[in-house]
Amino acid sequence: MLLIRCPYCEAERPEVEFTYAGEAHIARPADPSALSDDEWRDFLFIRTNPRGRHFERWRHMHGCGRFFNAVRDTVTDKFAMTYKAGEPRPSDEEIALAGSATSVGEARP
Amino acid sequence: MSNFRIAGKGRVNRSRQVRFTFDGVDYTGYEGDTLASALLANGVHLVGRSFKYHRPRGILSAGSEEPNALVGTDRGNGRFEPNTRATVLEVFEGLKTESQNRWPSLTRDIGAVNDALYMLFSAGFYYKTFMWPKSFWDKVYEPVIRNAAGLGKAPTAPDPDVYASRFAHCDVLVVGGGAAGLAAALEAGRSGASVILCDEQSEIGGSLLSEPAAEINGQLAWDWLEDANAALAGMPNVTVLPRTTAIGYYHQNFIGLCQRLTDHLRIVPEGAPRERMWKVRAKQVVLAQGAIEKPLVFAGNDRPGVMLAGAARTYLNRYGVKVGNRVVVVTSHDSAWHAAFDLAKAGVEVAAIVDVRGTVPTQLAAAADALRIRTLIGWTVTGTRGRLRVSSVRVNPVGAGGKVGSAETIACDALLMSGGWTPSIHLFSHTQGSLTWNEDGQMFLPGRGKEDCCLAGAGKGRFGLKAAFEDGAAAGAAAAADAGFGVEPPAYHVEGELSFTGVTGRELPTDRDLGHAKAFVDFQNDVMAKDIRLAVREGFKSIEHIKRYTTTGMATDQGKTSNINGLAVASDALKRPIPAVGLTTFRPPYTPTSFGTFAGYNKGALFEVTRKTPIDGWAEENGAVFEPVSLWRRARYFPQGGEDMHAAVARECKAVRSSLGIFDASTLGKIEIVGPDAAEFMNRMYTNAWTKLAPGRCRYGLLLGEDGFIRDDGVIGRLAHDRFHVTTTTGGAARVLNMMEDYLQTEWPDLKVWLTSTTEQWSVIALNGPNARKLIEPFVEGIDLSDGAFPHMAMATGKICGVPTRLFRVSFTGELGFEINVPARYGRAVWEKLFEAGQRFGITPYGTETMHVLRAEKGYIIVGQDTDGTLTPDDAGLSWAIGKTKPDFVGKRSLSRPDMLAADRKQLVGLLTADPKTVLEEGAQIVLDPNQPVPMEMVGHVTSSYWSAELGRSIALAAIQGGRSLQGRTVHVPMPDKVHSATITGMVFVDPENTRLSA
Repeated sequence: MLLIRCPYCEAERPEVEFTYAGEAHIARPADPSALSDDEWRDFLFIRTNPRGRHFERWRHMHGCGRFFNAVRDTVTDKFAMTYKAGEPRPSDEEIALAGSATSVGEARP
Repeated sequence: MSNFRIAGKGRVNRSRQVRFTFDGVDYTGYEGDTLASALLANGVHLVGRSFKYHRPRGILSAGSEEPNALVGTDRGNGRFEPNTRATVLEVFEGLKTESQNRWPSLTRDIGAVNDALYMLFSAGFYYKTFMWPKSFWDKVYEPVIRNAAGLGKAPTAPDPDVYASRFAHCDVLVVGGGAAGLAAALEAGRSGASVILCDEQSEIGGSLLSEPAAEINGQLAWDWLEDANAALAGMPNVTVLPRTTAIGYYHQNFIGLCQRLTDHLRIVPEGAPRERMWKVRAKQVVLAQGAIEKPLVFAGNDRPGVMLAGAARTYLNRYGVKVGNRVVVVTSHDSAWHAAFDLAKAGVEVAAIVDVRGTVPTQLAAAADALRIRTLIGWTVTGTRGRLRVSSVRVNPVGAGGKVGSAETIACDALLMSGGWTPSIHLFSHTQGSLTWNEDGQMFLPGRGKEDCCLAGAGKGRFGLKAAFEDGAAAGAAAAADAGFGVEPPAYHVEGELSFTGVTGRELPTDRDLGHAKAFVDFQNDVMAKDIRLAVREGFKSIEHIKRYTTTGMATDQGKTSNINGLAVASDALKRPIPAVGLTTFRPPYTPTSFGTFAGYNKGALFEVTRKTPIDGWAEENGAVFEPVSLWRRARYFPQGGEDMHAAVARECKAVRSSLGIFDASTLGKIEIVGPDAAEFMNRMYTNAWTKLAPGRCRYGLLLGEDGFIRDDGVIGRLAHDRFHVTTTTGGAARVLNMMEDYLQTEWPDLKVWLTSTTEQWSVIALNGPNARKLIEPFVEGIDLSDGAFPHMAMATGKICGVPTRLFRVSFTGELGFEINVPARYGRAVWEKLFEAGQRFGITPYGTETMHVLRAEKGYIIVGQDTDGTLTPDDAGLSWAIGKTKPDFVGKRSLSRPDMLAADRKQLVGLLTADPKTVLEEGAQIVLDPNQPVPMEMVGHVTSSYWSAELGRSIALAAIQGGRSLQGRTVHVPMPDKVHSATITGMVFVDPENTRLSA
């Protein structure tokens, strides 16, 4: 079971308190009627599904109830960082910095 | 009965004799025995029959890795457990055990004919034999094979035991209580860190329990162990858990421990949990799980009496049991020599030590000479004899160039083997930690870790007590330091070390045809070396495929004794080195774990919560039949005087349509939407227009997903300019609130709106029928209920029966209807008051079944029954609920996608069967031409279907392609017994003009 840091509660809590909410940084278009069918399809259905770093949304469902964003590796499942909804997508440097501060250290052999 | 107990040896309690049975025969053992040690003490090696070939099998090991000695244990009152490993099962007075997979008896087993027919059961036999004739598979082959193969029989009675679970946090978790684990726990404990030490055995000590002669820091091993246990017991920051298996290692140092609490007890305290699952989150983990001895692969290596040398040594030193009177040792590793020495010193005749290596350490040879043990260096074993117990072993010299010389037969009643040791890296492997192949030791060692853990001792290939102690102490100290506690690990001085060189993973050389040698690799799944070679010949190259095709390593022991041997045989056959072939993945649980432990407290009533309304108790007292609706339990109907559902529902429907029915609608989801932007939020979420809805009025609201499909619906009342009372479907409440929160928090955080779930704050009593108003009028204060002042779809706040209410004039039946919301705590009192007063109208309580019929008669849909996530508002005939002038709402853009406008979309329509008595099956498929060839083209399906007492005939709703344009058309519903025909109609069957609503 993963430990997830809620950026609103500013605390690590077990995964059972959270629900997954899909890919992050897919904003609903301000005027959907201005979009072509293909553009609307892409907004609705097309996701990056990467192997590795993934920007995604979680909700602290059984806690504060807030939606927030996270950077997680889809191979190791490890969270690099979490941040509040509405904040910009963090840069590589910010992710690396957060990762070194919060992730577990490399295991000894 | 022969006695193989040796005086003065072992740790079993000689003053506490216990009697137990195996296959109905009485035996005695001592407190501290396992079933295996107690049976061996009685000279019993034969304990089971093998999975596929029904070959007689004995006890191979002395630990949880045991593949052969699986028994059924009966603790009475339905407490039967199959496949318990005799090597870990502690005996107690009155224990009843039985062998498995044999008929009529263990010594005379009919199924053993499979052994002679072994050619039929080679690798992948289920893919290629018994295939013809095809019709025989279901009826003959499969049942017979299933009957003949297998392990124990699963119990059929419910498990009467209780199981516990708990969470725990610690600085350092140490898995394994042998030399390394003890040293680690001692250092970590001494540092002040909080420590949990767990070990799967009944006693902490690991291999020290089998090493009484070793000296640690000047103390005999068992004295040192006693002091170490006392030291740990004296540390309040250390928790020691014997009989506790670390079954799985999950993300971020989350480890599952299965603690066995009562299985070893003769008398179980009332209510005591049988097992407890510890869910441990540890800052640091030290894995000190030791190593598992490897069998050697040679013909006849599975006979009862053939066992691991280290196990024989454990039985002797820990349990005081000699495994035979005349033993032969065959080995490729030094450690087995020590077993021979210990047995010889205990008075057992060691007929020979056969070492397949060309040379052995001189001190071992010298020690053997001193004990007058014959040594055959550079020899091989090529076969064994003995039907139910090994009686002799066939040995041959191996000359230069690997030429196998002529055979000699040596009589024996036990054959001890050792192919070296495999570090137990299972838990490390659960973490996806990488493994590296060590060619010298023929073993995989832990590589790069992914978690905050380290390994210590034999578990990472550091063999010997001194190495284990020092490695463990260092690991414990380091783990404590990483968790924030400092300590300096001490040095250990050890005398009487075993020697630990030599190893082989190869099948032993033989002068016989390898293609016929019954040389077993996986004892539990009956996989032989030749099966693996066959798989390679047939083209399997990946070890994962070879594993699945041959089933090697797939038994309940997960190949603890067989994986490396199987891999080596595969590697030879593939002519690729072992690391290039690769190891299959270990998965939790480490050892078989009861379902009860995983379930813990979550069974019976606690498996899933049952939500009950405040009126549920009244329904129960009044004979309601209940049905589950999401987590709720709802009254389905109220049978009277032996009525069946059909009769009860017909009566309830009639009462509503003719006078008055009362219905508990409290389960409806309710969300309070408040704030200056509440109407704007509603406009964006729901399809309907809300701006002009006046306070005191209600509207049917339709909620779509962004994909344009119907998600939920419900009546929504506007209490004030900035306040809405939203209702949702019973099952949809949490989903809808989540969706609203999502949009509010992430898409429109600028809107000043607050959402509150009020589902459980309100009891809702629905009154329906022409007499509804007459009933409530005398009880209502502050609301003018006349049709002019309070028309259909009006709502108001006031009082009813003296308590606050939000009163809605709405109807889900087509009759005059009111939904009375009162604070939940008043729900039952108001219900009872109205029920009492309603007697003069023949007030009739009705349930969900009647509610379904009444709404279907009116063509009111139920989201999730008539819709399935692929219906648009237009498909459901709800285009009128879309606010046409609104620029946007969730799902609006999708409604103009080309697919959503296609003419042949499924649309909801009514269906009237040609035979009015036929009630169609919900979910039945609909075709236009019943005479077309199968598979027919299906154009739709029945979504709702009931008997309508009002109409005296059946009615149905259906989703049919282009249905609305097919009004009057006859369609067909093919069912197994006959094809029904029906006519497509409109959806409203009763009172299409809605005259009754405004009664």
